[in-house]
Amino acid sequence: MSLAFDDYGRPYIILREQGSKKRMKGLEAYKSNILAAKAIANTLSSSLGPKGMDKMLVSADGDVSVTNDGATIVEKMEIQHPTAKLLVELSQSQDAEIGDGTTGVVVLAGKLLEQALTLLDKGIHPLKISDGFDRACDVAIKHLDQIAEEIDIQQNDHEALIQAACTALGSKVVSKRKRELGKIAVTAVLDVADLTRKDVNLDLIKIQTKTGGSVEDTRLISGILIDKDMSHPQMKKEVTDAKICLLTCPFEPPKPKTKHNINISNAEDYKKLYQQEQQYFVDMVKLVKNSGANIALCQWGFDDEANHLLLQNELPAVRWVSGTDVELIAMATGARIIPRFQEITPQKLGKAGSIREVQFGTSNERMLVIENCQCTKAVTILIRGGSQMIVDEAKRSIHDAICVIRNLIKDNRIVYGGGSAELACALQVLQYADEVSSVEQYAVRSFADALEGIPNCLADNCGLNPITSVAQAKSRQLAEKNPRIGIDCMELGTSDMKEQKIYETLSSKKQQIQLATQVVKMILKIDDVIAPDDY
Amino acid sequence: MDIVGNVLPQVLKDEATEDKGEMARLQSFVGAIAVADLVKTTLGPKGMDKILKPTGPGQEMSHITVTNDGATILRSMYVENPAAKILIEISKTQDEEVGDGTTTVAVLAGELLREGEKLIQKRIHPQHVIAGWRIARDVALKRLREISTENDINSQEFHDDLVKIARTTLSSKLITSDRDYFADLCVNAVLRLKGSSNLDYIQIIKLPGGTIRDSYLDDGFILKKQITIGCKTRIENAKILVANTAMDYDKIKIYGTKVKVNSMDKVAEIEAAEKEKMKHKVDKILKYQPTVFVNRQLIYNYPEQLLADAGITVIEHADFEGMERVAAATGAEILSTFDAPERSEQILGHCDLIEEIMIGEEKMIKFSGCKKNEACTIVLRGASTHILDEVDRSIHDALCVLITTVKNRRVVWGGGNSEMQMAAACEEEAKKVQGKQAFAIEAFGRALRQIPTIICDNGGYDSAELIQNFKVELQKGNLTYGLNMTDGTIGNMSELGVKECLRVKEQALLAASEAAELIMRVDNIVKCAPRKRERA
Repeated sequence: MSLAFDDYGRPYIILREQGSKKRMKGLEAYKSNILAAKAIANTLSSSLGPKGMDKMLVSADGDVSVTNDGATIVEKMEIQHPTAKLLVELSQSQDAEIGDGTTGVVVLAGKLLEQALTLLDKGIHPLKISDGFDRACDVAIKHLDQIAEEIDIQQNDHEALIQAACTALGSKVVSKRKRELGKIAVTAVLDVADLTRKDVNLDLIKIQTKTGGSVEDTRLISGILIDKDMSHPQMKKEVTDAKICLLTCPFEPPKPKTKHNINISNAEDYKKLYQQEQQYFVDMVKLVKNSGANIALCQWGFDDEANHLLLQNELPAVRWVSGTDVELIAMATGARIIPRFQEITPQKLGKAGSIREVQFGTSNERMLVIENCQCTKAVTILIRGGSQMIVDEAKRSIHDAICVIRNLIKDNRIVYGGGSAELACALQVLQYADEVSSVEQYAVRSFADALEGIPNCLADNCGLNPITSVAQAKSRQLAEKNPRIGIDCMELGTSDMKEQKIYETLSSKKQQIQLATQVVKMILKIDDVIAPDDY
Repeated sequence: MDIVGNVLPQVLKDEATEDKGEMARLQSFVGAIAVADLVKTTLGPKGMDKILKPTGPGQEMSHITVTNDGATILRSMYVENPAAKILIEISKTQDEEVGDGTTTVAVLAGELLREGEKLIQKRIHPQHVIAGWRIARDVALKRLREISTENDINSQEFHDDLVKIARTTLSSKLITSDRDYFADLCVNAVLRLKGSSNLDYIQIIKLPGGTIRDSYLDDGFILKKQITIGCKTRIENAKILVANTAMDYDKIKIYGTKVKVNSMDKVAEIEAAEKEKMKHKVDKILKYQPTVFVNRQLIYNYPEQLLADAGITVIEHADFEGMERVAAATGAEILSTFDAPERSEQILGHCDLIEEIMIGEEKMIKFSGCKKNEACTIVLRGASTHILDEVDRSIHDALCVLITTVKNRRVVWGGGNSEMQMAAACEEEAKKVQGKQAFAIEAFGRALRQIPTIICDNGGYDSAELIQNFKVELQKGNLTYGLNMTDGTIGNMSELGVKECLRVKEQALLAASEAAELIMRVDNIVKCAPRKRERA
């Protein structure tokens, strides 16, 4: 493969152990990379849109999950091809940044690569292609800014937000209840949103799942739900006007961090030590009780004796509360996390309207609900569903919806869905293409074709004729100068996405196009793949 | 290779597979229907049981289970097909949520998919099928709620309903011949909970020997423990102290302590101190003036002797659940420290009589005439452990259903009545809907009707004829009719007293349609390479 000769005609090795390495160069490498990436995009493309299908993923241990979420699908697919892995990361970065549109971004990248492949066949240099894509991308982004509309998120009981959430939920298995779930998501986000700073701390929204019931039974709890119960079966199950003592130290005799030994050498010491030990428990409980707290939540365990003392002092307590829950409770109730009993003061207690234990089903599982917290309004969405798979998928879907709403609060500009935004951009890019005088013109034009691929794919998934419906939408956009004409996926009889109320956030759309272009550029720059043979 | 002939690079890991479109769908249908078919013979009063035999070394034949309970069967099965796993999952959820109808839910989901497969073969897009199912499900649910009735919780009618529901649930089980007896037993047990839904307070004790008929609900509460030898075995008007405390040597809990002595005398001293500490604890306990002391942990000889000397009956090593039950029944508080004898009134539990009894060959402790009569005990007898286990599962199902009914209070007629009515509602709806969804709505109705059909088939009756007659009866307006599985005819359910809990039906309908939808939506199955395990 790559054997070089020096001035005297002796061979020398460039690549160590090259016999045991696989190497692909030039056009072969381009094509192989593109095909691999396309394979991923093809898998995802049938999940796009309101009538997209789901994927069933079986993990290495045989666990089944069914999902429509692009990021989850590629994450669980165990992809090993290096270029295909780039697409996985692409989807994940969209997920991390925006939270929605994870399928769309991969499909778009796939369409771009498909176009690049034909351009390569024409003999256009990959760098020229990527330059052209880059310029087209700029044009598209600019155009998106132009066609974007600002919406009033307050108006009409936050109707716009609900619609946007519905758009995000529309493609999922929970779409039947998208309106209800959308409302739940909107209320949840608005409850915790900081509208002046235009920011939402998503940590304050806890999503708890519990199998049983049906997706309809999903509800919003204006408080925190923790999967724990009272430490002693006979403690009070409900505390109103709770003053919460939030501890991160166990109700046990102290364990100093330095290693030490206490040696008992006579009976006197033995008795003393016993008394001291008893005193510890009494003191601990007294400290908590004296501070005025009427419930103690602890990250660690309780000794039996301490547990009973708590009961005797009518101090309900919860043990083994998880670290994240402790933080959440601290934020919501204004409690300070107290690491040592000596530091308990009444000021450090958190306040909540009520704390109560609720029970589910026949299996005697209980959870604690903390409601009407004093500080920020932390909320919990309790998702129910007929099986673990549904519950998991509903959780992912609601997460998407929440992200969309958050993005809208941050930036209230939207574009319309149904492929209309992509079509509008495609038309703009096409127009621009004619102005480009160099080879890049072809690449720019291909970029427009790739953008059209999205409505194409949508129409295909909805069982419409993709070519006719895209052509129709395109000509109407041009004729009516209306960038809101898209594909009528739900067969509602109108192609105007404003009437159908299909809202997508501008930030998500922009991010999709930019990320996809970036990844494609990166793939187009690879002309040599060296990998160990047995990889 | 793709269609054009390009060699595709390998994208997934070795051994990972991807099935698309028709292949994926075929796999799901086959898997789900196979699971449904497997459990469908257990459906209904004439359903058959299954023997579950474990594989793997060591256990061999000794641990077989004979059961009729769908959840138990499905849970014990090892399947690889992902769609089948979804069915198993919903059956488990049904078990956790309402406790019964675990077979129905799997069978219904399977039948839905069987109908769905036919529609797909007619080239109807899965999304259209789903759209139709969603409409159908809502219609069915609405009808189901309409036909349900509610009775006041304290009325005699409600009590009768409970007995009927218990009978219906038990009729498909092994104990069907004694179902009246067990139905009464279960209802009484549940009513004792007084609206609380904590099943833990109903204890089931299984003792091989005797016949099933010898099982009974004890009016008191039985603890499967023995009274320590040397204590009184019959205590009237007992004051009970329930504790969870170490009664052995009570180790020092302060971290890092170590006893280090330099002479034998000191050892003796320490021992004395230890003893004294124990004595001190016992003294404190005595201040409460109990007559019975129940501890979760072990009690060493020394404190036991001290307590016995004071005339206190000692019960040691009660398990945690047992203790909670004792506490609930007698109204005692579970203690771990003993420094507040002045609260003794609130802390001690009371009951009229504690005595040691013999059931079969085992000694037990019976608490009767308890202060708070919330906990109770069902003693099951039977010829073998297999029978006992199955009776236990049946009773558990019945108890779950009863508790759900007490919470929800709405009931429907049994004998396939609710399914037939829901099916009829779907068919009426299908006539009104435009578009191909209508096929799916009809299909949903057909799937629902499969449930009574299978029940007939399992009974060996002519299902086609019976179901048609059933349909006619409903059409005539006899809305309480249903299958009479003893005679193989259509009968009036209100005369036969076959009732079922609405919540169970509701949950089965919702879970099954959700699962079927989930499977229907799949067009691609990606299987990861199975994790390699070292064989032990």
